[in-house]
Amino acid sequence: MNIYLQKITLLLLLISPLLVSAAIDESSWKNAIKKQYYAGKTIQESNDIIEIKAPYRAEAPALVPLKIISKIAQTKNRYIKKIVVFVDKNPFPFVGEFEFTPESGKADLAMRIRVNTYSYVRAIAEMNDGKLYMSKKIVKASGGCSAPLGADLDAAMKRLGQMKFKLGNAVKEGKPAMAQLLISHPNITGMQMDQVTRFIKKSHFVDQLKVTFDDKPVLTAKIDIAISSDPNFRFYFMPKKGGVLKAEFTDVFCETPTSRDVCTKGKSYSSSYMIKP
Amino acid sequence: MKNQCCLFFVLAFHGLIAQSEMTVSEVAPGIYVHFGQHQLPDKVNHGAVANIGFIVGDTCVAVIDSGGNPDQGYALKAAIKRITDKPVCYVINTHVHPDHIYGNIAFKEKGVKFIGHKKLARAMSARGNYYIAKAAEQLDLKLTAAHIIPPDRLVKNHLAIDLGGRRLILTAQPTAHSDNDLTVFDKKTDTLWLSDLLFLDHLPVIDGSLKGWLEVMQKLQKQKFTTVIPGHGAVVTDWPNGLTAQKTYLQVLLTEIREMIVKGRFLEEAIEQVGYSEKDKWQLFDQFHKRNVTTAFAELEWE
Repeated sequence: MNIYLQKITLLLLLISPLLVSAAIDESSWKNAIKKQYYAGKTIQESNDIIEIKAPYRAEAPALVPLKIISKIAQTKNRYIKKIVVFVDKNPFPFVGEFEFTPESGKADLAMRIRVNTYSYVRAIAEMNDGKLYMSKKIVKASGGCSAPLGADLDAAMKRLGQMKFKLGNAVKEGKPAMAQLLISHPNITGMQMDQVTRFIKKSHFVDQLKVTFDDKPVLTAKIDIAISSDPNFRFYFMPKKGGVLKAEFTDVFCETPTSRDVCTKGKSYSSSYMIKP
Repeated sequence: MKNQCCLFFVLAFHGLIAQSEMTVSEVAPGIYVHFGQHQLPDKVNHGAVANIGFIVGDTCVAVIDSGGNPDQGYALKAAIKRITDKPVCYVINTHVHPDHIYGNIAFKEKGVKFIGHKKLARAMSARGNYYIAKAAEQLDLKLTAAHIIPPDRLVKNHLAIDLGGRRLILTAQPTAHSDNDLTVFDKKTDTLWLSDLLFLDHLPVIDGSLKGWLEVMQKLQKQKFTTVIPGHGAVVTDWPNGLTAQKTYLQVLLTEIREMIVKGRFLEEAIEQVGYSEKDKWQLFDQFHKRNVTTAFAELEWE
């Protein structure tokens, strides 16, 4: 037993420097983000309600695949009402706010995000009873020459507003089915290089997204520039005999990448997908 | 102790010399290249990893890519002075990536025109702030907006410039390695300066369009050149053979990613599965491959 304890202690001593170096700074969360979005609220850190999955090393910081897996079923009595995602050290940390209903089937979510630097990415689930649970993960964005915008801006501009739905092959009545929604939009972070004044350009991004199935909400989201260009979401819905899956989004122009005080509305887009019985 | 002190000074002095005495090779008459090492830009090399150089005419000199940091730009300037007393009249930036443009400041003076692809200024403007932040974080370089020097002249399709008895044809390529690739052709020696449209040994990096790059390669493959200068890797004298490895890699990505998309597989699966048969053929595969798959996947989803 003693030897066992010694071994554990030794192991702890050996790994403690690693633990220290892995514990990156959470000051922007504690001092700013939490105060702004969850003032006075208690948030429990836990992976029992939702768990965030993202690569530790993100080779393409403009396009980091992020998954949120829910650990509970969406039922009328107990369900995840909202998931909010932040990247602590992004110039604008708020990534998006995603609302679910019991009809969502499952509050799983996948998306692609921009991660500017070595940072925590966190997701906070709000239950229907108001309780808050947080899952977090460190993402190390590397690759300094791939700036956080799409590789081919003109190609993205040309097909702006197009949408595609992709469904997993086994859509069964009464069981949560996965849908993937692809939106073509450059989601421009804003270009503000002073000396190249010709190209001062406002932020231009998708800000509201609503997915319905037969007019009932499946996913309602408020999103921001941390969503990669050509936003891509996976989520669940409950297909009944057949019906129409519909996505609508609007975009917005803002004066600076880091403030949402001065913004003007853009356009609305919509797309429908018929699910046959 | 005294000896150690001396040794330190000798080393420090040697370091300075090494920095200013840039080695350049004359790959064709009047065409000089400094060959970069295949390294990830970091705090030790300060981003000086690309092939850079210059072409000497009867009246003046065109710099082709200025280096990965201001010091490398100054070292290139000194190397030019050692070889010719003709003044620099043009700085041609082959694209926006930091290892090709951060030496620009060394050449910023009266009489020097900066030339780039029609989309170069926009790319600089879109990436500038991010690049400056990354330079401090990853390259240990203190840069400001003044270091990101946009082109004075933009190339829309083609532009011919005269260095005195030597005409260079600059061509703005469609989106390929990046969305602002510019190639330089020297008629006199039948040399094509491809820069990052061609990688040898160093894994090709996609920051534009996989399909676009394959199309540009298809076109260039049919042409004949005596000498081709890549952005990373050794000079090519057996064109188009020098293109084969890169073409194979990019073709593997195209085929395998398309298969994944047809099968309804996701980006994160493609990142782990696509293209690993190519791993042993390239340096810096681990550093750039996943990023290439990501960029290409996002592109091919919309074809």
